[in-house]
Amino acid sequence: MNPGKILLVEDNPDDVTLTLRALKSRNITNDVVVASDGVQALEFLFGAGTAPGAAELPAVVLLDLKLPKVNGLEVLQRIRADERTRMLPVVILTSSDEERDIIKGYSLGANSYVRKPVDFVEFTEAAKQLGLYWLLMNRAPPTPRTV
Amino acid sequence: MSFRDWPIRRKLTAILLATSGLVLLLTSAAFVGYEYWSFRRAARDMLMQRGRILAATSTASLAFANDADAREILSALKADPHMVAAALYDKDGHLFATYPANPPRDVLPAVPGPDGYRFERGLLAGFQAVAEEGSQRLGTLYLASDLEAVYATFRLSGVIALAVLIVSLVAAYLLSRALQNAISRPILALAETAGAVSARQDYAVRAPKLGGDEVGVLTDAFNQMLGRIEDQDQELRRHATDLSQRVAERTHELEERNEALRHNAAQLLAANQELDAFAYSVSHDLRAPLRSIDGFSHVLLEDYAARLDDAGRDALQRVRAATQRMGMLIDDLLKLARVTRAEMRSEVVDLSGMAREIMTELQRAAPEREVEAVIAPQLTARGDTRLLRVVLENLLRNSWKYTAKQPCPRVEFGSVEANGGRAFVVRDNGAGFDMKYADKLFGVFQRLHSPAEFEGTGVGLATVRRIINRHGGRIWAEGAVDRGATFYFTL
Repeated sequence: MNPGKILLVEDNPDDVTLTLRALKSRNITNDVVVASDGVQALEFLFGAGTAPGAAELPAVVLLDLKLPKVNGLEVLQRIRADERTRMLPVVILTSSDEERDIIKGYSLGANSYVRKPVDFVEFTEAAKQLGLYWLLMNRAPPTPRTV
Repeated sequence: MSFRDWPIRRKLTAILLATSGLVLLLTSAAFVGYEYWSFRRAARDMLMQRGRILAATSTASLAFANDADAREILSALKADPHMVAAALYDKDGHLFATYPANPPRDVLPAVPGPDGYRFERGLLAGFQAVAEEGSQRLGTLYLASDLEAVYATFRLSGVIALAVLIVSLVAAYLLSRALQNAISRPILALAETAGAVSARQDYAVRAPKLGGDEVGVLTDAFNQMLGRIEDQDQELRRHATDLSQRVAERTHELEERNEALRHNAAQLLAANQELDAFAYSVSHDLRAPLRSIDGFSHVLLEDYAARLDDAGRDALQRVRAATQRMGMLIDDLLKLARVTRAEMRSEVVDLSGMAREIMTELQRAAPEREVEAVIAPQLTARGDTRLLRVVLENLLRNSWKYTAKQPCPRVEFGSVEANGGRAFVVRDNGAGFDMKYADKLFGVFQRLHSPAEFEGTGVGLATVRRIINRHGGRIWAEGAVDRGATFYFTL
């Protein structure tokens, strides 16, 4: 199991609780860092402000789209724009099934697009699969040494 | 320019002058000719008279060969200055006496000629027999007179005739000038009116009628024509103003309608955009709380199962079931909304192939079911591929669903002739429906079976109908309870 962190970018506290619970119920024990809006996510990734020093990049980013202040697609754009985080695996995890969001997401460079199901059982199943894939099967890009 | 093109006055004057001139000329010529002839005759008669008189007087001198007497008798002729010469010949033809005493050489003929007077060599001359009454010829008298008198009279009458001719012509000219007005004035008036009408397009003028002859008739007809033209012209003008007014009105109407249409279009666009935004936020915002409800109900069930009795657990299960159902409803509603606003592209669609794919998928998803699928080959239609796929998926899935309780389920897709056109058919031998409730089939959220019998949200057929409507087609159904349902649609 990849020891890397999971960055969960989600503003809805219920969804946060449920996601954490789902991950735990499937024995995914990695550290989960929660950012409740886009600004916090970017701060964590680029290490400004809250976390001083070299920020260690997470193994995967679970990104919701509807966020206050800076929305999910913008965060994605910024992630892909920066040399350090360009190859970072980003999974869009959102309620929206709208085609244009899917298109926008992929064209901005998301690695995957998953729709959050209403049914909690299905949700936990999805969480398990995501975890298995991105933390176990997928080979993450090498984290760039920050000098 | 040719005579034809002369102005009428000039023509008339010329004609009158020519006619009177010719008449005068002929008359004068006749007159003068007659004068000449009668003068000559008179002169000849006179000379003959004189000759006879002289002959009678000279018989004695000839009989007695008294040439002195004869000479004296002849010399009496000097009273007439026009006598050129005279001579007496004796019965042998010898010259006896002459007048004048020494006449010019070539005047007197050497020998008497035949009796009678002739005009020759510019002279009137002739021979007269001298004889006593009833007895033999004594000699011949020769007289020659010049024609001066005749010529003089002739010249005089000629001059008179010429004068008369000239005066008459002048008089004729003046008269014709005055009289030809009677003809030419009405014609000229007509011509002037016509010219004025065509130059100024003024149809109110009328030609003056100056007389009741053919020109008068012409003038009347012309005026009538003008009257009619004037009327028509006015009517035309009226029509033109009328028309232009109507055109202006219509244009105004059209503009107003255009404005209204544009306004409507703008409104529709705005409404569509609102709908878009609405659907978008629905897909996010409504589902999140549902997820929370379901999730935490599950948490309760899991973590507090021990502290919940059956009723409690059951209640929570129902909560979960309800939220999931709501999720499905939202999804179906969203699909319906999407169908309405999606852009339609028209292309040829292979419906048979599509139906076969869908049935294969259904079979793959539920391999335990054995459903006979009969699909007519090579059915194609013009329409939007994605939307038509939704139609077939809904209809075939329904058939699949409602034949679940049948021992030998059968789903058909084909086409039939209906109402003079071609209709596509999806038929099954499943649960069917009561025709009494046929009009409820396509309503949103309308179902003819409870969710316990067959799951579903009741949006599928509403979606199908909306798609068919967008293609300009019709959809209708026939069915009987437990004897299957048949859906017909046209495109």
